[in-house]
Amino acid sequence: MISLAGRDILHSWGKFIFTGIGLGLLIGVTLTMAGVYRGMVDDGKVLLDNSGADLWVVQQDTLGPYAESSGIPDTLWRSVRIMPGVADAVNVTYLTMQVRQAERDVRAMVVGVHAGGPGIPGWPPYLLAGRQITRGHYEAVADIATGFTLGDEITIRRHRYQVVGLTRRMVSSGGDPMVFIPLKDAQEAQFLKDNDAILRQRRSTAANPQFNRPAVPGLLEAVTASQTHNPSVNAVLVRLLPGVSAHDVAEPIRRWKHLTVYDRPQMEAILIGKLIATSSRQIGMFLVILALVSAAIVAFIIYTLTMDKIREIAVLKLIGTRNRTIAGMILQQAMVLGLIGFVVGKISATFAAPMFPKYVLLLPIDSMLGFLAVMVICVLASVVAIRMALNVDPAEAIGG
Amino acid sequence: MAKGIHIEGLSKRYGSGDTAFLALKDVNMRVEPGEVVGLIGPSGSGKSTLLKCLGAVIDPTAGRMTLGDDVIFDNGWKVRDLRALRRDKIGFVFQAPYLIPFLDVTDNVALLPMLAGMPDAQARARALELLTALDVQHRAKAMPSQLSGGEQQRVAIARGLVNRPPVILADEPTAPLDSVRAMAVIRILNEMAKRFETAVIVVTHDEKIIPTFQRIYHIRDGVTHEEAGEGRALSPP
Ligand SMILES: Nc1ncnc2c1ncn2[C@@H]1O[C@H](COP(=O)(O)OP(=O)(O)O)[C@@H](O)[C@H]1O
Ligand SMILES: [Mg+2]
Repeated sequence: MISLAGRDILHSWGKFIFTGIGLGLLIGVTLTMAGVYRGMVDDGKVLLDNSGADLWVVQQDTLGPYAESSGIPDTLWRSVRIMPGVADAVNVTYLTMQVRQAERDVRAMVVGVHAGGPGIPGWPPYLLAGRQITRGHYEAVADIATGFTLGDEITIRRHRYQVVGLTRRMVSSGGDPMVFIPLKDAQEAQFLKDNDAILRQRRSTAANPQFNRPAVPGLLEAVTASQTHNPSVNAVLVRLLPGVSAHDVAEPIRRWKHLTVYDRPQMEAILIGKLIATSSRQIGMFLVILALVSAAIVAFIIYTLTMDKIREIAVLKLIGTRNRTIAGMILQQAMVLGLIGFVVGKISATFAAPMFPKYVLLLPIDSMLGFLAVMVICVLASVVAIRMALNVDPAEAIGG
Repeated sequence: MAKGIHIEGLSKRYGSGDTAFLALKDVNMRVEPGEVVGLIGPSGSGKSTLLKCLGAVIDPTAGRMTLGDDVIFDNGWKVRDLRALRRDKIGFVFQAPYLIPFLDVTDNVALLPMLAGMPDAQARARALELLTALDVQHRAKAMPSQLSGGEQQRVAIARGLVNRPPVILADEPTAPLDSVRAMAVIRILNEMAKRFETAVIVVTHDEKIIPTFQRIYHIRDGVTHEEAGEGRALSPP
């Protein structure tokens, strides 16, 4: 027995190919959307992985340091460091800002890393090229996504830095590439006021009789110095000794130091559950709309193709073709259309993914789910056409 | 083997109650194997209704129909699978060829035996045999859209004959053709009827072909009358 569906497709292959390509581009967009979501989740995980921390100590009742701003004294790490079970505790600052290179502004997350060298939390775990920061000031390691190259001069706030190393897949949860600089510089960049603000504050401090007491020499100088120097960081990253429970260490810090402490699962919940929850709902909506549009296209095309054959279907029924054979023909055509669409979609998504500015992660499981969804949509979309074909009266082949 | 077609006292009522309409009242017809008869009548007289009853696509109300050796209807269908009956026992030729546009000429004809379960190669061999008999074997690989009207109609006749049915129902088969081609179709139907011992009923309005029938059934208001035709000799090809 010949395949009626196959013959019809070969006969009107142009229609199938063109509709298939159109459908395929839609499916490609759908797969890419799923990839964007996966990329966001992965960015979050990579951010946590690369920080090298087991615990994040942040300002009380904040979702810091990635999802909300958090400020804690930069001296706090010492007392955390000496707690039992703690292998390492270091200051870190995170600030998303514009970084200038020559004529170009790049949006980046500037990370201030504690002195000490690679291997301690907060430092980039590996480099693609160059070296880690060795001097205490004005050196930077940048993610290659910034577009910077070794030796580039970059400007962060008032200071110039030299790019000494390049790393990769070091991005914020928002997908901005990271630039690592020494902690002191970063604190300045984040907390230091500009000169005019300092002058204004000095003037108002000097005008305040509480501070400006000629009877107490040095008081005014001490106050202004403390106002300019801002000893804050965003978080303390804590690495635990092997085998130590995160809860056992986190609990006393919470209780005694009035700070909020997150462990890895909680941090993931914040980044993935809270930070990108809205984006994922948005993407979910898009997926639903794209699925509906795809279904409508397949249904419309299959319906038109069947409409065009109504006379032939009446003849086929009159000469004794089973309903099953006719339904199978339409169903197979819908599925071939879906298959063409999926192949085109998969190929276009694969080629398009690297061109997106943010990380697009195409997971095989998403492709498989996508394929199943496409097939289900095609089957459902062919129902209308099949019902119409089955309702055709074979008597219609014989004129009135 | 084949005993042609025999219809006795066939009636068909459309609808019921107030709107009931008796389209066939008392139809009697007998067509022998190898014979081609004409069925002629004004519009609305019941020709298509009769063809649909014979073609087992609508249910007659009462009467009796015998096809070949089998009583197929006797105040109710005597065959369970009407689809198989249509496929195996009745050849249809329509006003327009209604070939399947996406199958080539051979497969258009071979589809029927394939549907009946014949292996593809054998079905194609049989199709080719008929295409040869109808002198269109040279177009065997062509698509229907590449054929002329006359060629298409010959392919359609081949399709009607391919399962060797005891009866062929032709619904205005010459309507779209000029007189030369119309006569060719009638000649072919006559030849095929003889060759395959098939009873052929041709529903027609076509003045050109009416004189060719040996016997004609006139139908008017659902009642048939038999009449001798002119039986004019068909000119050789
Ligand atoms: N499905 C139907 N329901 C009701 N009446 C019908 C139906 N089909 C045909 N008729 C009526 O039956 C009569 C015979 O119709 P038909 O067999 O089509 O005539 P013909 O083919 O000779 O022109 C006509 O009066 C027509 O209106
Ligand atoms: Mg009619």
